[in-house]
Amino acid sequence: MAQDKIRVLIAKPGLDGHDRGAKVVARALRDAGMEVIYTGLRQTPEMIAEAALQEDVDMVGLSILSGAHMTLVPRVVNLLRAHGLSDVLVFVGGIIPDEDVPELLKIGVTGIYGPGAPLDDIVRDIQREVAAH
Amino acid sequence: MTEAPQRSDTSSPGIAELVMHTLAGDRRAIARLISLMERGGGEARRALAQLYPHTGQAHTVGVTGAPGTGKSTLVNAMAKVYRRQGLSVGIVAVDPTSPFSGGAILGDRIRMRDLATDPHIFIRSMATRGSLGGLARSTVDAVRVLDAAGYPVILVETVGAGQDEVDIARAAHTTVVLQMPASGDDIQAIKAGILEVADIIVVNKSDLPGAENAVAALQAMLDLNSTHAELHHGQLVRVEGPATDAIARPGAWRPPVLQTCAIRDDGVKELVAAIDRHWKHQRASGMKEQREREQVAEELRRILRYALLQHVLHQIPRQGLEDTVERIVARQEDPYSAADRLIAQAGLALDRH
Repeated sequence: MAQDKIRVLIAKPGLDGHDRGAKVVARALRDAGMEVIYTGLRQTPEMIAEAALQEDVDMVGLSILSGAHMTLVPRVVNLLRAHGLSDVLVFVGGIIPDEDVPELLKIGVTGIYGPGAPLDDIVRDIQREVAAH
Repeated sequence: MTEAPQRSDTSSPGIAELVMHTLAGDRRAIARLISLMERGGGEARRALAQLYPHTGQAHTVGVTGAPGTGKSTLVNAMAKVYRRQGLSVGIVAVDPTSPFSGGAILGDRIRMRDLATDPHIFIRSMATRGSLGGLARSTVDAVRVLDAAGYPVILVETVGAGQDEVDIARAAHTTVVLQMPASGDDIQAIKAGILEVADIIVVNKSDLPGAENAVAALQAMLDLNSTHAELHHGQLVRVEGPATDAIARPGAWRPPVLQTCAIRDDGVKELVAAIDRHWKHQRASGMKEQREREQVAEELRRILRYALLQHVLHQIPRQGLEDTVERIVARQEDPYSAADRLIAQAGLALDRH
């Protein structure tokens, strides 16, 4: 029978090595019945876009705690578009100052989750965004 | 399983296009076609029908072994060797689906970062989605997509396999079974199961103590039972050892036992050379065709089983099935008689043997 699973790529671009948050989110998405492709630490935007292409994911979650989000996130979003993946949505987790949020939302990021964001909210947002697409 | 004709009419051009782009090697199309195969259903079958004449070119190599033996790291190292030979490589890496949530964490890419941006490498992670045996139901079809897309070598990494997950032997031309040092005594090596399907045995993590002993134990095992499993009518059966083998099949393949340290790329070139030797042997001896025939026969049986099950379930109202379950639980009917009755109800006359 035809079955549709939500596929999500969880990636950590940049150089910080703090992957606890990414793993917690990956686990929560798994428990919500999603297939999570976990790529590990220190991914370049090119690696992330290429993996999103090959894995045919619905969404890409970027975990960034290095402060480089205003460089890395637009770069990933642009590369996804360049690969013809403008339908692949991006959400961001990590330490993102409030003043950066509007700019990230403007380039198409669907959700931004800081420390303490309820996992249920992340799951629900992803399910809603994928269903709406 | 009936679909409105207008639906297939509107969707078919999209599928034809997807297949066409896949045959041209378009990576986005390949990825989407694999997703379609995973979803299954009528569109997937139509796509496969168009794709199938273009398959049968690639050498499919299975890599299996217990969790933590280094399958992903070895696949990463093997792909680099093939790339140095100028070959592009498709990789299908399977990880388990949670039986509770239906979700999965697919983490094989973590160990394949060397390959992440090579345009001649295509990596696809797959969840088993309830399939037992070490592969997903649609792994074989994903391999076909990559095969038709022109990847001459396709590496299939199974889930961390214990002793009984031997489906890979039904999907690959060459099966590589990974062991690691100090992972059990020599009785483990003579137990039934995964070692019997090995075309090549690899002791990975050869930098750990005990690697030589593991190789010796595996060699002794090969000397001792000197049988090797082949698929025969879809069943894994042992073929006779070298004594009769030499008469029946001169030059029969004896699985070599190799050592690798994948993380340092040690021994991997030699492994790829052994895989090439096995491929040449398979083709020269006619074993390739024989194995393919057996694999196809098994696949056909699997498809028929599923189709017949669907047919039977389709003919019986849901209530009828639930009532039957109640009757069996209440000991008013036994499961076999109930199945016979349902099959008869579905209009199938079966001779039970």
